[in-house]
Amino acid sequence: MIAFILRRLLQSIAVMLAVGLVAFFVFQYVGDPINGMVGQDTSMEERNELREKLGLNDPAPIQFARFMLNAAQGKFGLSYRVSQSVGGLILEKLPATLELALCAALFALCVGVPMGVYTGLYPRHWTSRWLQAVSLIGISLPTFLIGIMLILLFSVILGWLPSFGRGDTVSLGWWTSGFFTWSGLKALILPSITLGLFQLTLIMRLVRSEMLEVMRTDYIKFARARGLSDRAINFGHALKNTMVPVITITGLQLGSIIAFAIITETVFAWPGMGQLFVQSVQFADVPVMAAYLILVGFFFVVINLIVDMLYYAVDPRLRASGSPRAAGGH
Amino acid sequence: MSTGSNRPPLLEVRNLRVEFPTRRGTLVAVDDVSFDIAPGEVLGVVGESGAGKSLTGAAIIGLLEPPGRIGGGEVRLEGERIDNLPYERLRRIRGARIGAIFQDPLTSLNPLYSVGQQLVETIQTHLPLSASRARERALELLREVGIPAAEARIDHYPHQFSGGMRQRVVIALALCANPRLIIADEPTTALDVSIQAQIIALLKRLGREHGTAVMLVTHDMGVIAETADRVAVMYAGRLAEIGPVRDVVKDAKHPYTHGLMGSIPSIGERHERLLQIDGAMPRLTEIPSGCAFNPRCPQAGERCLRERPDLMSAGSTRAACWLYDRGGVGAKLRRETVDA
Amino acid sequence: MISAGRLRDLLHRAAGSDVWYSFRSSRVTEVAACVVAFVFIASFLAPWLAPHTPFDPATISLTDGLKPPVLFSADADWTFPLGTDEQGRDVLSSIMYGTRLSLVVGLCATIFAMFVGIAAGLIAGYAGGATDALIMRIADVQLTFPAILTALLIDGIVRGLISVQRHDEIALFVIIGATGLSFWVQYARTVRGSVLVERNKEYVQAARVIGLPRILIMVRHVLPNVMGPVLVIATINLGLAIITEATLSFLGVGLPPTSPSLGTLIRLGNEVLMSGDWWITIFPGITLAALVLSVNLLGDWLRDALNPKLR
Repeated sequence: MIAFILRRLLQSIAVMLAVGLVAFFVFQYVGDPINGMVGQDTSMEERNELREKLGLNDPAPIQFARFMLNAAQGKFGLSYRVSQSVGGLILEKLPATLELALCAALFALCVGVPMGVYTGLYPRHWTSRWLQAVSLIGISLPTFLIGIMLILLFSVILGWLPSFGRGDTVSLGWWTSGFFTWSGLKALILPSITLGLFQLTLIMRLVRSEMLEVMRTDYIKFARARGLSDRAINFGHALKNTMVPVITITGLQLGSIIAFAIITETVFAWPGMGQLFVQSVQFADVPVMAAYLILVGFFFVVINLIVDMLYYAVDPRLRASGSPRAAGGH
Repeated sequence: MSTGSNRPPLLEVRNLRVEFPTRRGTLVAVDDVSFDIAPGEVLGVVGESGAGKSLTGAAIIGLLEPPGRIGGGEVRLEGERIDNLPYERLRRIRGARIGAIFQDPLTSLNPLYSVGQQLVETIQTHLPLSASRARERALELLREVGIPAAEARIDHYPHQFSGGMRQRVVIALALCANPRLIIADEPTTALDVSIQAQIIALLKRLGREHGTAVMLVTHDMGVIAETADRVAVMYAGRLAEIGPVRDVVKDAKHPYTHGLMGSIPSIGERHERLLQIDGAMPRLTEIPSGCAFNPRCPQAGERCLRERPDLMSAGSTRAACWLYDRGGVGAKLRRETVDA
Repeated sequence: MISAGRLRDLLHRAAGSDVWYSFRSSRVTEVAACVVAFVFIASFLAPWLAPHTPFDPATISLTDGLKPPVLFSADADWTFPLGTDEQGRDVLSSIMYGTRLSLVVGLCATIFAMFVGIAAGLIAGYAGGATDALIMRIADVQLTFPAILTALLIDGIVRGLISVQRHDEIALFVIIGATGLSFWVQYARTVRGSVLVERNKEYVQAARVIGLPRILIMVRHVLPNVMGPVLVIATINLGLAIITEATLSFLGVGLPPTSPSLGTLIRLGNEVLMSGDWWITIFPGITLAALVLSVNLLGDWLRDALNPKLR
């Protein structure tokens, strides 16, 4: 068990290093770190001096190490676009994105999984066929289009919900939350649905196809042959076996919600990290791009790790392979 | 339709027909099959892959996968019809009065639950026992099928058992509620030869001890010869021959069965070549008219091409072959004749 | 390389085959195919079919600005059947030209991704060892991020490296490159898998004994075996590529307003959405949705039809 955790941790660190490498290259060679620190009319001499002082003429591996160390502490220098520390910018925008991501994920899971189970158990029923068709539309429509249509319907035509911004937020330390005000909650609705819809259809289709696969297995056939009730078969056996692969893929998908937030935040003018990233791409604001990359990489790696732990906890076959002793059981 | 015993039959299958509607028309996979199984007897059902043996078993227990369906005939268990029962009634018969075991013991068990959990669940589905009593019974069953150290192993997961042990667990699961009939679909095919013998012996012993009848579906004639009381030979969805196992093996009447027996090498006899039946069993879409075996049958006559033979008496067995029409003896099927 | 006789046989088989049968028997798929065909033709023939040339500044006038579509306004003006935007550009023509660009980018990006992916897969599978490990690590890391992020990153890097004007000039190629590079991984994995399987087969070893160069072996023998799954991936990817480009353009980092794709059009229209001029953004939106949906339906059908397990 320990060996397993250690192995996964090492893998995670390796991935982080790889991501860091890419971010470093972007940071160092695409942009010029000096640009963010001096004005236009600084002379070449002064720039070179600054370069020396900042250690920008040191060999690349040393600079990489320094970069990673700084990254670990959240220091990414100053943004090219606004003269603010990148770390500070990100901290400011992070809560908005995280809250949005959380709501979208909950929406996708709480609606997607049951729908997937239902269409998996009763694939020939007309409601299932209909849901399948709708889900195909769900993964064909680009996220921004969904957002626009929702805005058109609920903001422009019906006027029920706001079309931009977070509404009123409450500060808790460095965190700002939209959960505690009515306007904050109302502002969360449309963006969460937009962001979560794609994931929802993916989850639903995944759960459905896994359910169908599982229902065709021999152990389900044998369970039927033993006369077990439908409820025992569908929920006791089929569902549990479906969940195992579903957990992995769902977890990974949810990680990508943070990245997809880029689009939703743009549509709804949501002041989060995604919007920050888009602006940084538009202005070639390299420090922000690099920082975003590392942060998102970090989130993915952590989520992957959690998913693996869950997998381990649920599937006894993985546990046994860690301890070859057959006697004793659990 | 005597079964050779005086007791009323446990299972009666009459004119069973299993069909698959496809867009190219309806395919008939089991065509007008009838047989009985007496209480406590072992009926072997043998034939090549695709002959319809597994489908027959699935139809009896009501586990045909759509689009397959029963297109005709009846199945009676202890006198009452079970093929037309509503789902819930049939479900209660499954496991309690008819059990089934399948070929691959690894995939037959849910990998996420311990063996004990699966046993207790099945026991409690059919018998009104408390959890602790059910667990006791589970332990008993494990011991009965020969799992050593049952106390410790009851909480193990399927992947922690070897192939032979797993199949024993599967048999234990099928026996939970003491069914009168077990349909065993290729129970030894996925096992090593040495383990096969053990499992076969186990099935025989359990059958005798509990008086459970077994419908043993397999393509392995050797297993049938060892275990069965009677044997039914299937070909292209139809019954070719049915009778006591000794008679069918020693003195097969249907030319197909004869070919089957001849193709098994045996130590005691001396022949130059193993018998080979030319050609292959026809696909469901291309079953010839008349007798399905006629293209490959060395004894095929004119009538065989036109009319499909019913099962008719041929000495101690019954064979679906015009050679035995109206008590005719037909050509004596000796090894030498066909071999030349 | 393929004789006329063989081609005829293939067509015969295709026409009488299950694939064609399942195509004809599914209404939805036929409709989808019609939509795709229609959109293809209409957009590629845009220069000849479009009623206006919205991107030639000489032909537009502000007085035509913000006209609603024909069925929604009092004075029905059929010269602008779907209305105009705030600069007087005809929405219908803009859509036709825009769809053309969307399709071009989508197709080119998919083909580009195929090339890169197949090449990477062949090399990784055949070379093995360190090369294989390197390519697959890169693939793994890239797979952890959604395609849109990769595409955005590549675009940002290019922007950082070259000046803004040059970037606008070559925007089309940058977009195709960025979009394509975010999708190569799936092809690479599939191809690599097949190469690993074929590599150990006897005919390959025989070819090597004879002394055939490895590239030839890979291209002549392995590639044909892999084309089936590759095509299936490509059909899925086409829809994704179109969406990715549209998203990039919508975010403002894709095709510029001077030669807009559907995504750009939607973005431009979004700016006036709040004031009620909905048609500028909704019609391109519907076109995009219909296009991607149809492509996906065709891809779904193709996948099912080519999958022997489902037959």
